[in-house]
This record gives sequence, C-alpha cells and structure tokens, in this order.
Amino acid sequence: MNPTMNPIESVNDFVIRFANVNGSGSASANNLFAKAIFRLGVPVSPKNIFPSNIQGLPTWYEIRVNEHGFLGRRGGVDMSVAVNGQTLLKDYKEVLPGGYFLYDSTRELAEEFNRKDIVEIGIPLTKLCNDEFSNPKLRQLLKNIIYVGSLSFLIDLDFSILTESIEKQFQKKPKLAEPNIKALKLGYDYAKKYFKDTCKLSVKKTDKLGDDILMDGNSAIGLGAVYGGATVTGWYPITPSTSVIEAFEKYSKMFRIEEDTGRRKVAVIQAEDELSAIGIVIGASWNGARAFTATSGPGVSLMSEFLGLAYFAEIPAVLVNVQRAGPSTGMPTRTQQSDVLACAYASHGDTKNVLLFPCDPKECFEFGAQALDLAERLQTPVIIMSDLDLGMNDHISAPLHWDDKRKYDRGKVLTAEDLDNLKEKWGRYLDVDGDGICYRTYPGTHPTKGAYFTRGTSHDEYSAYTEDSAIYQAGMDRLLRKWDTARTLTPGPRTKIKDPDFGIGVIFYGTTTHSAYEAMSRLEKQGLKVNTLRVRAFPFQQEVIDFINKHETIFVIEQNRDAQLRTVLMTENALSPRKLQAILNFDGLPITADFITEKISDLLNIDLQNGPKGTEGEKA
Amino acid sequence: MSVQKPNFRHPKLAKNSAEYSRKDYEGAISTLCAGCGHDSATNSIIQACFELSIEPHRVAKISGIGCSSKTPAYFLNKSHGFNSVHGRMPSIATGANMANRDLLYIGVSGDGDTASIGMGQFAHALRRNLNLNYFCMNNGCYGLTKGQDSATADKGSAGKKGAPNPYNSIDLCELAIELGASYVARGFSGDKQQLVPLIKGAIAHSGLAFIDIISPCVTFNNTATSTKSYHYVRQHVEATNTFDFIPLAQEIITQYEEGSSQEVTMHDGSIIHLHKVDSSKDVTDRRKAVNNLEAEKDKGRLLTGLIYVNPDIMETHDIINSTLRPLNTLTEADLCPGNGALQKINEGFR
Repeated sequence: MNPTMNPIESVNDFVIRFANVNGSGSASANNLFAKAIFRLGVPVSPKNIFPSNIQGLPTWYEIRVNEHGFLGRRGGVDMSVAVNGQTLLKDYKEVLPGGYFLYDSTRELAEEFNRKDIVEIGIPLTKLCNDEFSNPKLRQLLKNIIYVGSLSFLIDLDFSILTESIEKQFQKKPKLAEPNIKALKLGYDYAKKYFKDTCKLSVKKTDKLGDDILMDGNSAIGLGAVYGGATVTGWYPITPSTSVIEAFEKYSKMFRIEEDTGRRKVAVIQAEDELSAIGIVIGASWNGARAFTATSGPGVSLMSEFLGLAYFAEIPAVLVNVQRAGPSTGMPTRTQQSDVLACAYASHGDTKNVLLFPCDPKECFEFGAQALDLAERLQTPVIIMSDLDLGMNDHISAPLHWDDKRKYDRGKVLTAEDLDNLKEKWGRYLDVDGDGICYRTYPGTHPTKGAYFTRGTSHDEYSAYTEDSAIYQAGMDRLLRKWDTARTLTPGPRTKIKDPDFGIGVIFYGTTTHSAYEAMSRLEKQGLKVNTLRVRAFPFQQEVIDFINKHETIFVIEQNRDAQLRTVLMTENALSPRKLQAILNFDGLPITADFITEKISDLLNIDLQNGPKGTEGEKA
Repeated sequence: MSVQKPNFRHPKLAKNSAEYSRKDYEGAISTLCAGCGHDSATNSIIQACFELSIEPHRVAKISGIGCSSKTPAYFLNKSHGFNSVHGRMPSIATGANMANRDLLYIGVSGDGDTASIGMGQFAHALRRNLNLNYFCMNNGCYGLTKGQDSATADKGSAGKKGAPNPYNSIDLCELAIELGASYVARGFSGDKQQLVPLIKGAIAHSGLAFIDIISPCVTFNNTATSTKSYHYVRQHVEATNTFDFIPLAQEIITQYEEGSSQEVTMHDGSIIHLHKVDSSKDVTDRRKAVNNLEAEKDKGRLLTGLIYVNPDIMETHDIINSTLRPLNTLTEADLCPGNGALQKINEGFR
C-alpha cells in the first residue's frame, strides 16, 4: 500500500461491485450479503448487471449502501470484489482512487495490476475452498460464500446476521447450512488474520428502514394482479418480464385454489407468441373476466395490432411492459425507458393508450391492481411501464397494503335486470353519460337483449358496420372525450416545489426517480432549489401542464436516446421544443445520480454564461 | 352496412324444445356475393343450432378477417359476436372460453385466416384442445382481395386469375389430426344433408371440433380449372360414412341391424351412429384417419364426412384444472386474499 494514499472512509455510504461469472451461483451469495445489510436497518440497493446468457459470460452485482436512503445508482465503485478472470483488469481499473480491490489471490495478479492509489485485498478463495471442500459443485458455490465471510470482517458486518440468514434459507435442508456457515467462517478468519484495520468502509446497524421491505417489482406486479382479481393470463416468455407471470402463478397457487375441489380459480395459458398472449387477454376481458399479460419491447411490437383493436372496439386489456434496451433484440438484459412512444401510440391509425409509470415495488403492486380497475372503467388498454431495473432487481419499498373494504371497479356493465329496466334502446357505443364511456354487456347475459357484434371495423353507436364519415368521426371524437375522462382517473403526478419562484423545473418518471431525487438533493446543497415533478401516468393531468407552464425551462430526464416522454409532452400539450430540454442516459445501465447532477450543472452553467434567463440572480 | 331482417314472425312457425323458431337463429342479411358457399354453410349452422334447441344467447361467435369471418353477422343475432383481427380468432376464442366455460363457442375462419396468417394460432388452439367449434370455410382463395390463391388451393388449380397454383396445398384436416384435434370433419357447403349432422356432432363434442367446410367462391374460384368449384367438388367427393346424430335424451327410433353401425358416445351423452357399408372408413383411429385422407387424395378424390373422432379427451379447462364456475362470475371474496395475507407476504421480504 502506498503510504501517501488515503483509503476511502465511510460508514453506511458506499458502493461495492461484485464481478462474477454468470451461472456460478454468485447471485445467491451476493443476495445474502445485500439482505444482511438490509436486516441491519441500513438502506441498500442491489442491482444485477447481467448478460443474456445462462452460463459463462461476465456478470456484475452492484450494491449501493446509503444511510440517507438514496437508492438509485450513484456512479463509481468504492470496492470491487473481483472473482471473474475475464474482466479482472477492467474491474481493477474501475475502482475509485482510495478504493478497495478484493480478489482471489490463489493466483498472483499480473504485472499490469500496478495501481498505487487503491487498496488490494488478496484472499486465496480457490485454495481455501479446495482445501476444505471436496464436492466440485459445492466448491463452486462456496467460493462465493467465502468472500462474503471476508467482507463481513472487512466492513464490520455482524457475522450472526449472516449465519441467521443462512439458517433461514436452508430451514428445510439443514445439512446444507453447515458447509455454508463453514465457508463464511473460512473467509472471515482469513480476513481477520491478514487484513486487520485495512478496510475503512463499514456498516453500522440503524433504524432507518422501519417496516420497509426488499422486493423486486415483477413480483409486486404479479401479486397486485392477484389482489386486483385477474383470473386469466395469456403470456409468452421474454426477459425481463417472465417473472411477472411466474409471480402471478406462484401467488395463485397460494391463494386461488378452491378448497372443496382443489381446482384453480385462475387460467394461465402459455401462448404460442405475443400475438396470441394479448388475444387471450382481449378475448377474456371481452367476456367479462379480468385479464392481463406481461411482455417487453419485442412483444409490444407484436401486440400492437391487437392493442389497436382493443382501443377501437373498446375492450379492457392490461399489459405490463417491463422495458429493456432496444431497438430490435437490443440488449435484452439491460434496462431502458425506451418504449414510451411505442406504447403511448401503439397500433396503426389514431390511437392513444393509457400508461402507468411505477417507480418502486409498492407502486408496482398498487398499479398491478389499479390497472385492472382502470381498464374496465375506461374499456381500453392500460399499459404498466416498468423496466428491467425495477422489475428484476430488489428495491427497498414501503410495505404493501390492501384495504379490505376495497371493491373492484368493474366499470359500466349492464346486467340482465339493467337491460330489462332500460327505457331507451341500448347501444353499445352510445355515450349516455357524456364522459365518452359507454355501457357494455357480457355474452350470455340476457336471452333477447344486449347482444351486439364487436368489430374492429368502423361502427355506429349500435355497433353496426358503417362507412358513414360523420358517424365515424363522431366515434373517433368520442374516444377523445373518453381520453379526457381518463385524465381524471389515472394516478396524478408527484410534485415537489422547493422554490415557487425558481424558473427551472425537472420532470422524470419510473426508475429515473431515485437518482433524480438524489441529484436534486446535491444541487440543493449548492443552493439550487430545483422543483420536480414525477409523472405517474399518461394522459397527463392538468397538474403536469400547470407545472410546465409555471417554469421557464423544463429538464426532462429519461433513460432513452430520443427523449420519448419529452416528445409526448410536447405533442400532447403543443409545447415549444425549446422549453423542454432532454437529459438522456441510454447505456443500458440504471441512470446514476452523478450523471444527472453533472448534466444539470452543465446545462445551468451554459445558461449562466449566456445569461438569457436570469438564472444567475435566482441562483444567488 | 348490415341489413337486419324484419322481425315479423308467422305465429304458427314450428318451435324447437327450447321454444325457439328457426328464425330466432338467423342473423342480418348477408352482404356476400349471390351464390356464395358461405351462405349455405351459415344456413347449416342455423339449422344445426335450431335442431339442437340451443339457447342463442348462450353462444359466442368469434371470427377473424375475410369473407368467411363476416358470416357470424348472418346467423344467431341474439348471440354476442366478435369479428377480431386477421388470423387471430383462436386466441380471442381461447381468452373468451377461459373467462366463461359455460357458453358455446363457434369460431368461424377461412382458409387465408387459418392456413396462412393464422396458422400458428390454429395449431396451438388444436394442441390445447380448446372447447371450440372451429369452422373453416375453405374456398381456396382470398375473396375480399379479389381472388389470390390461398394456401389450401390445390397445386395446378386455377381460379379466375387464370394462372395455375404452383405450390403444394395444405390439407387442414390432416394437419388438425396431427395437431391433436379430437373431432375432425370435412363438409361441403353444397351438401346440407351431410353438413348439418357434422355441425351437430361438433357442438356435442367437448374439446376442439374442426370442420373444414369446402365452400366455393362463386366470383373468383368457380372456374372450370378450379378444384374448389361447385362442379369439381360434386364430381370428386367421397364420404367416409353417413351417420345419424342423436342428441342426449332423444329416443333412438331407428333400428340398426347388428354389425351395420358403429356407435360413438359423445362427451355430453349424445350418440353418433355411423352407418357401416363395405366402403366405410375407421374414424376412431388417428393413424387410419390420416391414411384415409391420403388414400383418397391419391385417387384424386376429396374425402368428406366425419374423419376422426375421439370423445374421451381432456379439453383445456380440464388440463389446467380450472374451477367449474365461470371465472367471470368470481368476486372479491373468491379472488382477493386480503390484507392479512399481504402482511405475511411482506414479512417474507424482510
């Protein structure tokens, strides 16, 4: 170690990145570590940065520990746990000055590993493991557990938390707990013997988390769909959405079995493709069941024709889009928010679809249920816009809650009795209430009343085919009236006004939220009180429009190349492109607070130098 | 425009056991070409539903896109109908059937809708043995776009456009047997005598019943050089067996000589009596059914009638073990686990 260098010192605020080989069992070891920190009451956000591969390619797992609760990606690596030979040098170079490099010292580092500004911690993981365990499969898995043991000593992580976690994990197979605990000890003891007082990063128990949970967004949406009463899903496997349906099936097995018959109160159909998956959802919703599906970008492209049918024929449909990096197959295991345009206007002709943007598991759960209400109330597709980061990584979240008094909103549906009591002739597309939403009937309701012919061709108010221009246009205009009703029913934005006189506002949504709030907090420390608005749904509510109008300049932060939400904001509200400035990250990794802070500082400096907007005075 | 028929009814119109007259099974006036085979097929559906005393409102009619897919507007106007998108009738029918297993589902498709754009959905609905009556009105051409060859056009057959079709044709019946359909038949829209009992058998069947209805396109594919013309089909048709369809609870009045008939009991208790003659084919053996189709094809003949039936096979709902109650009738009490259960789930994420 270079005597003049300053090792990074920090309690409860650092980033550790694990570099592993995909399929080597590292994920469970890394999870064990993250969960241990969580159980000490310290906010933590683990992010899996993985390849589209089952075994062999490099994979990373980044854990951010932050006592202040900033849980987006920060940027930079304080400690690298590098156990993948393929990426060793890259991982070495990426450690911040003063940071730590933990590696498997069974083999010596080559000459090019010659940094003087970091702390190297060599633990002979392979040797320790092979000396102790003989089973080849166990050896591979336990090598990962050994470094967790070493870390436990290095960062002062309560060892008993780890052993308890292991015991909990192997409750049903206690025999497996024993070698795991032994491996933990091996790593711990070695680090204690050779690296005492080496690492200045540490974890101290706090009570910052209260009753928070650590959950992935996909599980939360699947669970939300169970609570929301979805009974039918057609689906097709695609990363990163598959685990939404897996969670739905898992919780259905827990909660949807008829006690007397053992039969299931759910129909899960693995379809032949995404075309069929959304067709099943539309067929079921048309017939009065709550139905949903989950997919990612390529699936959305395939589903577009059907989404247009559901829009035009006014059939409820819930679609969960767990976005990944496009275009085309893109980077299937990397995250982006790049399907906003494809979903907002999915399908040919004039179409608009309701979008919901969750930012954490609690919102995933709530939207998973609420989307079913909205789709039936509005008789239109509702798309939940999650992404790979939210869907597949664990996030700290407020606990989930369900109001037992809550009733499903099944929308405007006429029963046989309603049909008998009608004074006027019923028309499927008659706007009786003036809100653009018409009354529908389920097949099989009444022997003589309420039957109609659903079609994707143009239709009159009684659902008969028509090519009459005036009738067609009136129908299309009514859909816009319904769109205005949607504006009043979808979840409104979250606005934070720090300084009502400040001319700059920032807009973001989904997983960008966490890094954005952290960046704003950093800017606030420099005296910049930036107002923020988190969009939670499309169509945009008046509050979004007012926020934009109140500010001279708006920064729209997104994780795509083409500033897609900005485009929708401009188009829908007839705004000048100059007013909305884009801050864009589209590298496929979750956006960082460093990136946002830097971009905003840059943009503001330019404004300050040119001085046209008078921000200098405001800043002062 | 769909033109509705007048509601006027003759007071003494014959009624079926459910108190409906045949008129109650009709739909709007057809806008297809005069003489279209599809209109005859539609009439056979009306006749079969009337004779089986089906309650019209307990039927859901679903179709894709094309001339054939328009026909649900022309029958059973007291039933809900769904004219969906091209080639996607099976997925809409799957979803609808999952939502409510108690209705009768009639899916109407055509040869373009089934054998080309919708081949994937056709195959997988069959594979899952969805409880669906899948009627494909097959005319060997794309009528609505003015007569292009479809994938079921025979090699060498030429429609109004004149050029012989250079590609192999797809035999939907053969494919259906391969893919696991449990009731496979071929009818001819011009032979109501045969088609009506085939449709009745399909309706009584639990699982996917596929009927390939050869239904000539009078405008674009009724030429002397076409193998899907009225004339050609009449000249080349070969039937497996004639049969009587006896609905559940109807007394058997015909006397069958011993050894002259074979009985197939359908899932709902109805019975199909196959009349055996020297030339009759075995329709209960999958492999033989495929051979029968191929053998007639070699002779330049078109095999019609009931081609394959297996009444004792699980349909999709049985396979996935779903509740006997229609899923669309379940309420919060059936579906929502409540906040107590949720708090336990929270605990699992700590």
